[in-house]
Amino acid sequence: MKTFADHITDITLNSIAAKANLIEIMVEEDKSLNLYTIKIKDNGCGMSKELSQQAVQPFFTTRKTRKIGLGLSFFKQNAEQTGGSFELQSAPGKGTCVKAVFKHNHIDRPAIGDLAEAYILLLISHEGIDFHYTHKTGDGEYKIKSAEILQKLGNISLTNSQLRNALKEMIDNNLTEINITR
Amino acid sequence: MAKIKTLDDLIKMKDEVQSKIKLRENSDHPENLIQVKVGMATCGIASGAKETLKYFVEETERQAIDAVVTQTGCMGYCYAEPTVEVILPGKEPVVFGYVNNTKAQEIIDKYINKGELVDGIIPISFKTIDE
Repeated sequence: MKTFADHITDITLNSIAAKANLIEIMVEEDKSLNLYTIKIKDNGCGMSKELSQQAVQPFFTTRKTRKIGLGLSFFKQNAEQTGGSFELQSAPGKGTCVKAVFKHNHIDRPAIGDLAEAYILLLISHEGIDFHYTHKTGDGEYKIKSAEILQKLGNISLTNSQLRNALKEMIDNNLTEINITR
Repeated sequence: MAKIKTLDDLIKMKDEVQSKIKLRENSDHPENLIQVKVGMATCGIASGAKETLKYFVEETERQAIDAVVTQTGCMGYCYAEPTVEVILPGKEPVVFGYVNNTKAQEIIDKYINKGELVDGIIPISFKTIDE
């Protein structure tokens, strides 16, 4: 996992497996406190206390196709490596929230990567799910909701490359406006 | 073209392209569509499955192939990531391993377009994973 975009793609797949139809991705950069926070919150089936504790252990997985699962533990490890923290909140029927805090100026903090592209690939692949993405910096906040985009686009699918590129450009322009750290 | 900043700009863009593109009429009948599922779990992402996914999305659109390209979980062949499952209408799913852009092109040209099998199939009878 080289970038936050990779981590986010990976962690949201857990939410999708938990049958969530609303997934909120929140990125907050706070340079004054030197923090870089990523939160992924879903309304999926949630996990019991025991399961949430097991979930961040390396090699834990609920799937049956392979014996190990490393997604959450990689994320946790990366956050803790930068002197940050990691938190997983979940309750059956209430969904799950994963929060990873990184030290903003730490050399091991991953770069954001191409989040606009990762976001669009999520939309194309999972049409029934509403993905919210919020990015906050000292200069402002940008929020986008996929259900709104799809509703406005009507019956035109995002598999059209012109529209896809336009959407990516729109997200990137807005992210540049609030001066996100690339 | 002016900078795209808001959803309304995007809608203008939509109106511009609307006339040129085909609508997805078949989406109510997924059994008639070609399904391409790219394994995008931790193992897949780490091996570059995002590039593979992007390539399938772009290439199927460019060739106007009626295919649904989606992400799926780990299929259990982490050693052979990126892995891609292709389901042609009415056929059993086939899983290909080590799918980079070159391999993706070969799968589209030979398997999807002509139904010819190509090297790199993971030779296990495969059931779509139930996520």
